[in-house]
Amino acid sequence: MKLRKASAITGSLATLPLVLSACGGGDIAAEEKENESQVAAAGDCGELNMAVNPWVGFAADAYVVGHLAETELGCTVNYKDLKEEVSWQGFGTGEVDVVIEDWGHPDLEKLYFEDQGGDGSAVEMGPTGNVGIIGWYVAPWMAEEYPDITDWENLNDYADMFETPESGGKGQFLGADPSYVQFDEAIVANLGLDFQVVFSGSEAASIAAFEKAEANKTPLIGYFYEPQWFMSEVPLVKVNLPEFTDGCQDVAQDVACDYPETQLQKIVATEFAESGSPAVDLVSNFQWTNDDQNLVAKYISVDGMSAEEAAATWVEENPDKVEAWMS
Amino acid sequence: MTSAPTTEPGLTTSPPQTPGEAPGRVAPRPRRVVPLWGWLVAVVVIWWVASRIGDGRAVLYLPGQETTDFQDRFTDLKADLIAGRDTNVLMQVVGAVSDAFNGVVEQLQGLVSTPDLPRPVPQIGWLGVLGIAGWVSLAIAGWRHALGTMASLAAVGLLGYWVDGMDTLIITFFSVAVSLALGLPLAVWMGTSRRVNAVVTPVLDVLQTFPAFVYLAPMALFFSLGPAIAVAVTVLYALPPVVRISAHALRSVSETTIEATTSLGQTGWQRLIKVQLPMARPSIIVGVNQTMMAALSISVIAGFVNGPGLGKPVLRALTAGSNQVGVAFIAGASIVFIAIMLDRVTTAASERSELVARGGGGNRRTHRIVLAVAGAAALVSVYVSRTYFSFAEFPDTEVGPKVAEAVQSATDWTTSHFSGLTTGVQETVTTVFINPLQDLVAGSPWFVTGLALIVLSQLLAGWRGALSSLACLTGIYVTDLWYDAMVTLTSVLVATLFVMVVAVVLGVWMARRRLVDRLLRPLLDAAQVMPSFVYLIPVLALFGPGRFTAIVAAFIYAVPVATKLVADGVRQVSETTVEAATAAGSTPWQLITKVQLPMARGNLVLAANQGLLFVLAMVVIGGLVGGGALGYDSVLGFSRGEFFGKGVSAGIAIVLLGIMVDRVARGAAERDRSAPGLLARLRTRTPAHHLS
Repeated sequence: MKLRKASAITGSLATLPLVLSACGGGDIAAEEKENESQVAAAGDCGELNMAVNPWVGFAADAYVVGHLAETELGCTVNYKDLKEEVSWQGFGTGEVDVVIEDWGHPDLEKLYFEDQGGDGSAVEMGPTGNVGIIGWYVAPWMAEEYPDITDWENLNDYADMFETPESGGKGQFLGADPSYVQFDEAIVANLGLDFQVVFSGSEAASIAAFEKAEANKTPLIGYFYEPQWFMSEVPLVKVNLPEFTDGCQDVAQDVACDYPETQLQKIVATEFAESGSPAVDLVSNFQWTNDDQNLVAKYISVDGMSAEEAAATWVEENPDKVEAWMS
Repeated sequence: MTSAPTTEPGLTTSPPQTPGEAPGRVAPRPRRVVPLWGWLVAVVVIWWVASRIGDGRAVLYLPGQETTDFQDRFTDLKADLIAGRDTNVLMQVVGAVSDAFNGVVEQLQGLVSTPDLPRPVPQIGWLGVLGIAGWVSLAIAGWRHALGTMASLAAVGLLGYWVDGMDTLIITFFSVAVSLALGLPLAVWMGTSRRVNAVVTPVLDVLQTFPAFVYLAPMALFFSLGPAIAVAVTVLYALPPVVRISAHALRSVSETTIEATTSLGQTGWQRLIKVQLPMARPSIIVGVNQTMMAALSISVIAGFVNGPGLGKPVLRALTAGSNQVGVAFIAGASIVFIAIMLDRVTTAASERSELVARGGGGNRRTHRIVLAVAGAAALVSVYVSRTYFSFAEFPDTEVGPKVAEAVQSATDWTTSHFSGLTTGVQETVTTVFINPLQDLVAGSPWFVTGLALIVLSQLLAGWRGALSSLACLTGIYVTDLWYDAMVTLTSVLVATLFVMVVAVVLGVWMARRRLVDRLLRPLLDAAQVMPSFVYLIPVLALFGPGRFTAIVAAFIYAVPVATKLVADGVRQVSETTVEAATAAGSTPWQLITKVQLPMARGNLVLAANQGLLFVLAMVVIGGLVGGGALGYDSVLGFSRGEFFGKGVSAGIAIVLLGIMVDRVARGAAERDRSAPGLLARLRTRTPAHHLS
């Protein structure tokens, strides 16, 4: 009995491929031959190792540049999903060529930039054109209902409203993903604000919190930034802190001012910069606006395209911008 | 809710919740003038009064973005390592290993997952993989499992993750192979020498509780990004179960058997090869099973350092926010399919090898014929998959996107309709449970809390427990993260309490109703292997970032294992006992509370211990969703180089918390004479996933 069942199954298994093969598709062997002849004719770009740091805006930049390197220059692009720290470590070993969007990492620059006493494995390659605006933001409904909340001097009047079970009797300020340089604990203390910084722990958690606050019309203030695709979904409103002046953020414990606007930079491996690969010019020329990046990021996070599809779509829609980079 | 007090008092370890119980009621104990619970209540009352007097002083709070000298030492160490990486000999040796790992993984990828250039497709296409996997399952586990295996793999393909799924399998199998190559000799050594055992066991404990997040960045200095580091991280995490279980199995080969072989004149080596290893084989396969599950559970973490496989799409969907929950789900579901497939096949293989060892296992000749026929079929499928595109690359289907969309709209609907209600729950639990307990544990002066914890350990686990708590607390003090450690301890205790309440209710229900068991078990299995990153976003949407959300994440992860242990324990209570109690007129309630739960006490203790370790394993994930404290410190250390030392310190503190709580639980169990054999089980069980 058992045998019969088992052999019936194996029997049908044996015929399955034969039946299926009748409707099989193309011929693998033919394409293999074709590839062999193509390999000989490939361009001189070689491999391009593109770090992909874990936020959507970064992926937008990386895949647009990568897409062009692949289709226009014939490079083999390896996308590597890595956090910032680990990406920079990879410059020296040749495993990472390009970090396409850097928000400023003084500690890493000290380790890897030659002019700052580092090992010289990384160099800067100009701005991406994107401007990072970091700061304190409130959910849009709050700015509408309490227009004066966008001035820090009025924040203490509203502190009660922001109290949560997490904030120990004070107003809750939602601190950001630990990846970001942030001085909020110092700012709160030095401006004498009646708030407690509660760290969200990740970008995903911050976004979820703001999304929920806007949907339920509950109060929320926290650290946020743009360019960020979420801003097009829920346009958070910035709170004005005392204006940034040069040097006001040099000593972490004494910070009592707003964050500066950041020119986002491209960082590349020194070895890559000197390699003469055609991809070097592409990376060096690449520049676009916050709106450009937000659009690609929206394709990915809201429309659900893969990063490759999103990049290809944008490139197709913006031939003039692309052309400027390819020259 | 009266179910909590039926557990051994030591194991919920949160005195404020268990003051009213009387353990003497369950099993006779030596009479004391003041009962144990009286002492516990007294300690807590004094503790509370002292915390009021302290009024927030001397709590050793360190702001989130500040570090101390002790912590900075690790940061400097790492900077030195980077500066000297071209000349460091160790790094060069590791570099060679790393290249070897990459080479093997790339070969395997060319075989089944990525195009093996100039071939436009891998050497073996999906149909061939299905054929081979089916045949292997047939050979080691039987035809039912062969079908199950093929169905699981096909499901991964239908969901659209064939390539990533193959990569996950490659990393898993290769890591398990490396773990076995390193782990089995180590296990043999441990199994034959008490001293080695005593040295290695704590190292394994540390490997399993130290959060992988913390050592990910420094590992990336040694191993190249991608396959090599994924394998290295996985091996570090997956090694302990196989070593532990195999060593235990080797030690438990009976004395008489060993004496008999010695009297026959066998050498130690012969005995090992001919007697001990074969006899321990079924247990060793269980160890392999646990190692596989551990390897899968870390596959998402490996995605943070470019580890190939299903971790990548899960993490990518996480960064894209609430619109991509459905996508994260189908990627996570693929991991679940693979995990359940590997678990079922290895479990069946273990049972089968036991059967064969006893001379059973059916007709050998028939088995061989079936295998030959199936082998021929597998070869045909390989051939076909090498020839035609549609059997090489898994065809695109609408299944994945459809499922993702359905899950997405279900999640959206739930979060938009219930978020008011869930916010209420979050606020109530935080105010009623978490905050008061945290005020006591973290809000008291450090020496008051320290003393209270040591006294409680003495009461529950004796002087040895008190001593180990003293050592662990001293260590935590040294890391300069006392306050954060106490906040984390609070959350861990609250989470474990919830886990146990739900595990007892569900476990008893499952044990008493076959149908419930059958419906719940697969759900529990899936909840246990579904990567937590998949449900973080919906949980965040419901509860917002905070300690409660961290507790929910830990709860989802830890409930399955605790529930299954409770259910197994209650079911093991002998039929005769239950019948006798029923005949004596017990109501179902009396039967549960007076007979079944007390008699299943050993398993309840085990469930609480495992629940705790599982909860502790989620502390870092909790840091990602607003849990703060040690979890946040670990994530911070991974995210930013200048805080690396703080991350390491947090890792050390987590390990110390784990050892402290575990030792107290074990000490309490040791005093419980009704739990023979329990300690051996506590040692072999691991926080790695245990399915089935």
